[in-house]
Amino acid sequence: MYNTNYHRASSVKDAVATMGKSDDGKFVSGGQTLIPTMKQRLAAPSDLIDLRHVDSMKGIAVKGNQVTIGAGTTHAEVNASKELRKACPSICDLAGHIGDPHVRNMGTIGGSIANNDPAADYPAAMMALGAQIVTDKRTIDADDFFTGMFDTALEEDEIITSVTFTAPAKGAYSKFPNPASRYAMAGVFVSQGDSGVRVAVTGAGSDGVFRHGEMEAALASNWDSSAIAECNIDADDLLSDLHGDNSYRANLVKVMAKRAVEAAG
Amino acid sequence: MASISMTVNGKTVGGEVEDRTLLVEFIRENLRLTGTHVGCDTSQCGACVVHVDGKAVKSCTTLAAQANGCEITTIEGLASDDLHPMQQAFKDNHGLQCGFCTPGMIMAATDMVNRLGKNLDEKTIRAELEGNICRCTGYHNIVKSIQDGASKM
Ligand SMILES: Cc1cc2nc3c(=O)[nH]c(=O)nc-3n(C[C@H](O)[C@H](O)[C@H](O)COP(=O)(O)OP(=O)(O)OC[C@H]3O[C@@H](n4cnc5c(N)ncnc54)[C@H](O)[C@@H]3O)c2cc1C
Ligand code: FES
Ligand code: FES
Repeated sequence: MYNTNYHRASSVKDAVATMGKSDDGKFVSGGQTLIPTMKQRLAAPSDLIDLRHVDSMKGIAVKGNQVTIGAGTTHAEVNASKELRKACPSICDLAGHIGDPHVRNMGTIGGSIANNDPAADYPAAMMALGAQIVTDKRTIDADDFFTGMFDTALEEDEIITSVTFTAPAKGAYSKFPNPASRYAMAGVFVSQGDSGVRVAVTGAGSDGVFRHGEMEAALASNWDSSAIAECNIDADDLLSDLHGDNSYRANLVKVMAKRAVEAAG
Repeated sequence: MASISMTVNGKTVGGEVEDRTLLVEFIRENLRLTGTHVGCDTSQCGACVVHVDGKAVKSCTTLAAQANGCEITTIEGLASDDLHPMQQAFKDNHGLQCGFCTPGMIMAATDMVNRLGKNLDEKTIRAELEGNICRCTGYHNIVKSIQDGASKM
């Protein structure tokens, strides 16, 4: 790892100010993506601004079916929240299958979303739940937030402070994990609620997470896994790598979508 | 340079370290507590697991500066005069061969009990060991050890 200068931010304002003074700084939350990347020398920020001690970015609030999750909330906390599980069990289950217990104790929802790894789990949840990503500057719809592989609508000095969404009547996430890394080879989050049916796919798209209009339409007219059978998953838009080619992934997407609908009930 | 201070196994320790120093480097090289191992250095194997403020964390994927002000427990901090029940269970159940993964396994196991209680079934233990890799044992005796150790904690 190249050397860096560590700063512990006490507030969002403090973090933004420190970022403003740095040459080429980066925010760090759980560090479960950034630190491995720095160790491989694929990132070499001049300054690291630690957001883990900013209290206003932590915690989960559920009012009726309105959910707010602070960006600094760990995967373990999302998984264990009884209040959240009552309103939206699917996101708790998703968080409980990210990486392993030690990664879940450090990694945060804000860090995962900001990173937008094409195989990460949370981006699918955000798209399928129609979530809003709240930053220190504005509120961004999930549909506009994820702009491509490892790319988001965030500016360099913009901090995700929380995410909010309306818990759907039904929802579930089904993931086919890569047996070695546990990241998704294909993961599909389905939801049905006031804003209709949403189907978001992660792990498979060559441009990162995406919604699948044809599956959404099929499920809107018939909420049953059989409704997806005739849908076309276009392999041309999907990833091919040593773990599986795009036609394999196209089939996986359909299987995961069916399982998710069945799990959502 | 970062000036850090933390409690490790009940003792206050500190020092001046480069900001990029990993927690595991601080523990092994500055404190000379070499029970915490580095197996992969790429965040996969769990040989480096320690508890930070009571939670299992991969110390190869945490900066020492991030742990400034925290309470750390390493494998050396578990035993009193006798071995900790989880250590004893690994000994009794032949839960190790070369022993390289064992400190991380035991720190993961005690974290598991802290979160999930003493009655752990095999399926839970195997799922919870997702982040700990053993190249020797084939896991059977590790699972047995954790089940036994948990019941005695
Ligand atoms: C062994 C292992 C297995 C894993 N398995 C999975 C898996 O199965 N599924 C999965 O989805 N993920 C997986 N991950 C990744 C993990 O979920 C990370 O925790 C997550 O991707 C990043 O969160 P973090 O808080 O650690 O972010 P960091 O590593 O601290 O930061 C990541 C990026 O986000 C930026 N950032 C962080 N917080 C904010 C914020 N609040 N606002 C703006 N920018 C911010 C940082 O500047 C950095 O660029 C795995 C990681 C490891 C090490
Ligand atoms: S050495 Fe830390 S996970 Fe392998
Ligand atoms: S006992 Fe040798 S690596 Fe586990």
